Amino acid sequence: MKVDRRSFLAFILGGAAGTALSPLPWKITDDIAIWSQNWPWIPVPPKGEISQVSSACTLCPGGCGISVKKVDERVIKIEGLAGHPVNDGGLCPLGNSGTQLLYGPERIRTPLKKVNGRWQQISWQDAITELAAHLRQLRANGSAQAVGWLAGSDRGTVPELFNRFLTVYGSPNFWRTPSIWDSYELALYLTQGTRSRAGFDLENADFVLSFGSGLIEGWGSPGYMFRAKSMFRKAGGRMDQIEPRLSKTAAKSDHWISVNPGTEGALAYGLAHVIIKERLYNQDFVNAYSSGLPERYQQVIDGFPPEIVSKITGISAGTILTLARDFAAARKPLAICGQGQGHVPGSLQAFLAVHTLNALVGNINRPGGVWAVPEPDYIDWPELEIDAVAAEGLQKPRIDGAGTYRYPNARYLLHRLPEVINASAESPLKVLFVNDANPVYSLQDTAAVKKAFEKIPLVVSFSSYLDETSAQADMLLPNHMYLERYQDVPAAPGFPKPIISLSQPAVEPQYNTRHVGDVVIQLAKELGHTIGAAFAWDDYNSCLEETLGDRWDGLIEDGFWVNADYSGTQWADAFETDSARFEFTNKDIRTLAAYEPIKPEGDEAAYPLLLVPYDSMRLASGYVGSPPFMIKALEDTILKGNDVLVEINPDTARQLGLSEGRLANLATPRGSARVKVRLTQGIMPGLVALPRGLGYSGDNKFLDGKGVNYNRLSSPVDDPASGYNAAWGIRAKLS
Amino acid sequence: MTTEELANEASAKDQQPTTPPPEISPSTATDDNGSGGPIILFFILGLAASLIVGWVIFPQLLYSQKKQPVDFNHALHNELVEDSCESCHFFREDGSYSGVPKLAQCIECHEEVNGEDPEEAKFVNAYVANNREVPWLIYSRQPQNVFFSHAAHVKMAEMDCVTCHGHIGESESLKVYEENRISGYSRDIWGRNIAGIKRNSWDRMKMDDCAECHRNEGVNQNSVQTLRGGCFVCHH
Repeated sequence: MKVDRRSFLAFILGGAAGTALSPLPWKITDDIAIWSQNWPWIPVPPKGEISQVSSACTLCPGGCGISVKKVDERVIKIEGLAGHPVNDGGLCPLGNSGTQLLYGPERIRTPLKKVNGRWQQISWQDAITELAAHLRQLRANGSAQAVGWLAGSDRGTVPELFNRFLTVYGSPNFWRTPSIWDSYELALYLTQGTRSRAGFDLENADFVLSFGSGLIEGWGSPGYMFRAKSMFRKAGGRMDQIEPRLSKTAAKSDHWISVNPGTEGALAYGLAHVIIKERLYNQDFVNAYSSGLPERYQQVIDGFPPEIVSKITGISAGTILTLARDFAAARKPLAICGQGQGHVPGSLQAFLAVHTLNALVGNINRPGGVWAVPEPDYIDWPELEIDAVAAEGLQKPRIDGAGTYRYPNARYLLHRLPEVINASAESPLKVLFVNDANPVYSLQDTAAVKKAFEKIPLVVSFSSYLDETSAQADMLLPNHMYLERYQDVPAAPGFPKPIISLSQPAVEPQYNTRHVGDVVIQLAKELGHTIGAAFAWDDYNSCLEETLGDRWDGLIEDGFWVNADYSGTQWADAFETDSARFEFTNKDIRTLAAYEPIKPEGDEAAYPLLLVPYDSMRLASGYVGSPPFMIKALEDTILKGNDVLVEINPDTARQLGLSEGRLANLATPRGSARVKVRLTQGIMPGLVALPRGLGYSGDNKFLDGKGVNYNRLSSPVDDPASGYNAAWGIRAKLS
Repeated sequence: MTTEELANEASAKDQQPTTPPPEISPSTATDDNGSGGPIILFFILGLAASLIVGWVIFPQLLYSQKKQPVDFNHALHNELVEDSCESCHFFREDGSYSGVPKLAQCIECHEEVNGEDPEEAKFVNAYVANNREVPWLIYSRQPQNVFFSHAAHVKMAEMDCVTCHGHIGESESLKVYEENRISGYSRDIWGRNIAGIKRNSWDRMKMDDCAECHRNEGVNQNSVQTLRGGCFVCHH
């Protein structure tokens, strides 16, 4: 018997027939089908008990309610909390991505101490003992004022604990992250005499005139602004956007009025000029509830007739006239200001100008208007006992000069801190605590900030992530992240009603982290004496529960408390000025430096262009950077690969010989960077627009090296009236 | 010698046979070309080999054998509890089904070693003591793209556990878990019988088995949640 070709074929045929008669092909086909429908490498949440926790997001100051969905003890999704007065179920991409901040690999897992430039683990007790010894030494040397605390906000129990600690310790140097709310608060205080926060009854307005505010780009509380904007638009409200770049907000507006950057204040004065000149203002309000308008007109507003304003702003006199008349004729007109998301406080005189517009149309504390919302008053802790050392420290001027004769009205001038430290041989600040802030990334002129931070002998960061500021720190005491801790969220910027939300833990702390409130209490107890006595609570949670009192149970249940009936104080009782009226001017306003458009840094000959930042809802630019979900969802008109795109007008590109998609060098007096050119008609010629929220350099493999940090290329400019940072851009060149 | 020359030589050999053609006899008529018998033999050989591969070797290769982390005795527990299967495999308040018990439930009785069974000691020492969930291998785990509601079947249709899961509640020991190397699911889904033949309703858990029962029982043809029919009754 020989094995030839035929017998081989017969064997194969037999094999094929046998295979067909066996389950093999059918079973394999079925299994492959199932495998291909359920790719095993795609992560799927484990099965288990599904539950939800009502909490509040603290990734930005927006104060949105969130519903954290869990399977057993694993967070799988974060959604907006339906029925929450601020966001009612809506949530921004950052809020949605919170799970990645909880479980991502970037978290700091244990307290760390820098020894010879390297991080070493340290126990909580050792860290607190060491800090206490250091602080005790400073106090003994009479340098209590050399301790500073920087927090994301100054509202709520956590910042209040920091403040209390500093006060009883003996330092006036508390800071909160700068924002437009610095200027808004000051404008309200100067004209209305109240320490209050600005709220906007946007949903009931019928004409919103926005001086560059990114209503749908994260201005104020994004959760509220998105919702309110939809509501007033659906009701037929008009929206005009004044800014030199066609932002998403401008694109969604009825009119985009392209204005020379930094001259918005002049335009507001110009509109006021027309309204007063043509007697279009609210006679009832101006005559019965205000004072100082004639004087203010004579001293300031009279200098802004349409022809002059037209020259400053680049907007035709006709447009100014029409806009002023339309604004005054609207039933519930509302003027708002603060660029983009509002990271830069801006020009106080410009804020006063915009607030003047609201006052002229009488839309203060009225439906659809701007409301002076009282600050939350639930924190009522026992009086402090200030010892002699603390009293002496508190007498010292603030390191940043806020509240001194130079800047009498400013409360916190964080942007000046690097300058002050860098100008002195030895840093006047010896210890700086940083919580919910990333100043080495987010303050302008980051090189100077970094240099200043290097000069501060001891920087303690409570960040959960190794960001730019943590990298400059000497000790890292990681706080629980917001899904692991209790914290009150006492306001939402721009939201018109008094509200308190509660962050509550959705899961147990994942790592060896500790609530920053507990660290403060333990540190105080370790220091003992009057300091320890000021912190009688066992821990932060009991402090919070005790402070919130009757509201606690409701907050645990619903996640928020709101005074839903609040609708602004009536005019007769609203103003706490000397005249008990709204004051267009008074002795404080009179002494302010006069309005003039803020000039950004740089020589026009060397830097013919102007670099302006812009904000996007798809980029986080607060104290946390964008999580991977957001970077994935980022459009390629912002970031292509690792290159950021800058927007320039085709006319500008022609002059510079640049074309779409070309790589170029963007240079400012503060630095230079490689960028990609994007041509668009949606920007005024002569400008270069760069997005905020890129160019991180911490220790984050999903973010580092992507794009350019605007703050690295720019510098702060003091507002002559308030001292706040008012830099809206910087001179630049592109080649 | 070139290839061409080799070919020519070979073809010349073919045309001039060196041996005379064999005598033709009726008995050898079928293999007159030299391979009639062997052809069938080879066919049968191939057939047999592939049948053995397909029916015997393939099923053994397809599944890997895995032992459960702890050998659980259902029969023993069933005697001690009041509410039979639902004592441990219960429905949560929201109507969702808890599936395999979590450590928290077991700890209610097994915080410490109660008996003398080495498996219990293993369970307590390795899992309870370390607060670690037991990585049970679930025989009835369906692919991720299947939506299955226990409440609809057990509560609404009042079906017995046995109908789909068989008599596992009476078992004294957990059988070996056979994992399909391709799909990653248990052998119990396709059924022990590689041909897919079943004798009992619990022998298989494939889509056809669901469909058969749904058809026979005249079940609502649309999903209660999505109101959509066809695939969407069970698939997302």
